[in-house]
Amino acid sequence: MSGARSSALATLRGQIERIETAEVVHQYDRVALGHSEVDTALKGGLARAAIHEVFCEGRQGTAATGFVMGLAGRVSARKPLLWVRQDFSDIETGALSMSGLAEIGLDPRRVVMVRAADVESALRTSADALACDALGAVVLELWGETRQFDLVASRKLTLAAQGSGVTGLMLRMAAQPLPSTAETRWMLRAAHSPPSPGWSIWGAPRFDAELLRNRHGPCGRWIMEWKCDECQFSEPSTYSQPVAAAPAYRPDPAVPWQRRAG
Amino acid sequence: MIHALDEAAERLGLYIGQPLANARAMCPDLKVFDADVVADAKTLSDIADWCDRFTPLVALDPPHGLFLDITGCAHLFGGEAALLTMLVRALARQGFAVGAAIAGTSVCARTLTRQASGSIVPDGGEAAAIERFPVFALGAGEAITTGLRRAGLKTIGDVAARSPGEITARFGARFSTLLAHALGQGDAPISPRKPLPDYIVEKRFAEPIATDTMIAMTLSRLADTLIASMEKQGKGARRLEAAFFRTDGVVRAIMVETGRPVTRSAVIDRLFRERLDALADPLDPGFGFDMVRLSASRTEIVVQEQRDLDAHVHDNDELAALIDRIAARIGGKRVVVHLPQDTHIPECAAMAAPAQHHLAAAVQAEWPARVESEPPLRPMRLFDKPELVTVPFATVPDGPPHQFTWRRALHAVVRVEGPERIAMEWWRQDGRQLTRDYFRIEDAEGLRFWIFRDGLYDELIDKEGKSIPAKWYVHGLFA
Repeated sequence: MSGARSSALATLRGQIERIETAEVVHQYDRVALGHSEVDTALKGGLARAAIHEVFCEGRQGTAATGFVMGLAGRVSARKPLLWVRQDFSDIETGALSMSGLAEIGLDPRRVVMVRAADVESALRTSADALACDALGAVVLELWGETRQFDLVASRKLTLAAQGSGVTGLMLRMAAQPLPSTAETRWMLRAAHSPPSPGWSIWGAPRFDAELLRNRHGPCGRWIMEWKCDECQFSEPSTYSQPVAAAPAYRPDPAVPWQRRAG
Repeated sequence: MIHALDEAAERLGLYIGQPLANARAMCPDLKVFDADVVADAKTLSDIADWCDRFTPLVALDPPHGLFLDITGCAHLFGGEAALLTMLVRALARQGFAVGAAIAGTSVCARTLTRQASGSIVPDGGEAAAIERFPVFALGAGEAITTGLRRAGLKTIGDVAARSPGEITARFGARFSTLLAHALGQGDAPISPRKPLPDYIVEKRFAEPIATDTMIAMTLSRLADTLIASMEKQGKGARRLEAAFFRTDGVVRAIMVETGRPVTRSAVIDRLFRERLDALADPLDPGFGFDMVRLSASRTEIVVQEQRDLDAHVHDNDELAALIDRIAARIGGKRVVVHLPQDTHIPECAAMAAPAQHHLAAAVQAEWPARVESEPPLRPMRLFDKPELVTVPFATVPDGPPHQFTWRRALHAVVRVEGPERIAMEWWRQDGRQLTRDYFRIEDAEGLRFWIFRDGLYDELIDKEGKSIPAKWYVHGLFA
């Protein structure tokens, strides 16, 4: 390799390093999610003032919604949340339910919803909103593959988020990951409820979260549980065995798969 | 049948309502066009838009008349005569045949336009001005006009000479009021097409402007003037309208609304920039705009608040400004907040309301608190219309299903919790609805559903007394 070529390479490497360190310095504000392994992988928690992408298959959309809502609840810290989505998403995946939001411990009063007619206006609205530092987080929900959300659009959103300190969360349902400037990228699936101890057949929301990309740390795959009362994620609670032995004189409470209420 | 005709045709002796065959017989080379009432009305309304440049009070007088209330406006155009000439000449240049007159009352002015276009009648001179005209000029309708003619009353003067009592007895009170108004005794108010804006500022150009930069500059200068005049009275604008008058007579009006009264011209400027930028059919300057008008059609008194050090208040202001900007771009109905409703029917529990108007209410709304240490009882996503699922069978008549098909995919039920019975509100008058039994279900993949059976077991009975199997619906999805 000639000297001129290697010096050019060195200059370029130096430039890249400068750019990257500038970003590292920029993104020091991190919020712990509550799941210790995930927080370690993320170097202390989810970075504010950055873009995070959450992908999922079409039918896993609600699990991903719950996960994004959890992230938004963690990063927004009592500030309002702007949720941008497309018109048809109501029919395709159901409308975001405010009582459901209250049930997982988040505040429906802080949610402002934008129904965009198309992807362009959704992207434009998100970029506008990300530049407004009164918001805690901006969620952009896009369904299906979109040409419009490319590297340029992603870069725009990242710059806006860095400028204002607002966190951008992209919820991409039924879409494949494409190159982007996101800080982290997740693939979400619903996780089974833990083996039942009888009385609690139906537990807190559980997510099978796979960290596909992490700009400043390792990737991994974890089962995360959302604690509705504490408003944070945690390690999955395990209900391994019933504590007491099954009584012989009446049906085993752990066996019936159905609990009746109401 | 002849619907309308021009002066030349009138001179030939044709008249409105004449069968076309007769008219063709009288004049074989008649040019005939199909009547289009809707297009006529639209043209009249476009002309009315254009006339807005003279006065904000323009009223339609269908089928082809306009009333302009020029009280207090005439001096801006160099007096009544100058205004009249300007208006007639401009409309004639656009290709319309116009008759126009100025008088103290609207009925008198209308009578004059039909008989003596261009006349200006001073106050009190109405009776003298119209007395020599034939009665049909009053526009009282066919029956009354014929009646008057048969009674030998040929001119308006003849009718006015009779005592009002006789006229009322013979032709009704409505006609005698019309006559009184025509003679200048009392006046009926015109009904303007648009309510009068609270504040108007406008800029006229000797040389029409067409470039975006000039338009933006003009708007921001107008916004400065508007804000200055509103500030004197402690007002802020909630709804603003910018009207662009094109040289060829086309008027384009663009409106923006705000959630809080605006008191800064920079904000107005930005809102209009967003709006103009996002227009589906962009502003077409054609040969240029010769006038731009900015009006505040809804204003509110601004309460100057003492700002404390609490950043929260400031944040709310910024959020409101952001919502205004987004609403200006994509429409106010697309930005919503949710208000809790006093009902336990799941799909009615939250009402979406425009964020511009309901932000304050939404921030203070009280939502039902969740039960501590319970798993979520309501789904994350809720379908507006519950989606029908097919259930092959249930274990027990009122029990949950073992499996179900939703959106063509079969889901095997692994865990169930329920039922939670929700009865419909019988006091509401929207038909009889069935009681629902909701189950929270987890399938083999870990997906969680909120499904319900519409109606209790044996609740639905057909004509022969047999029970109809109840239907199952997916209403929501849990995270």
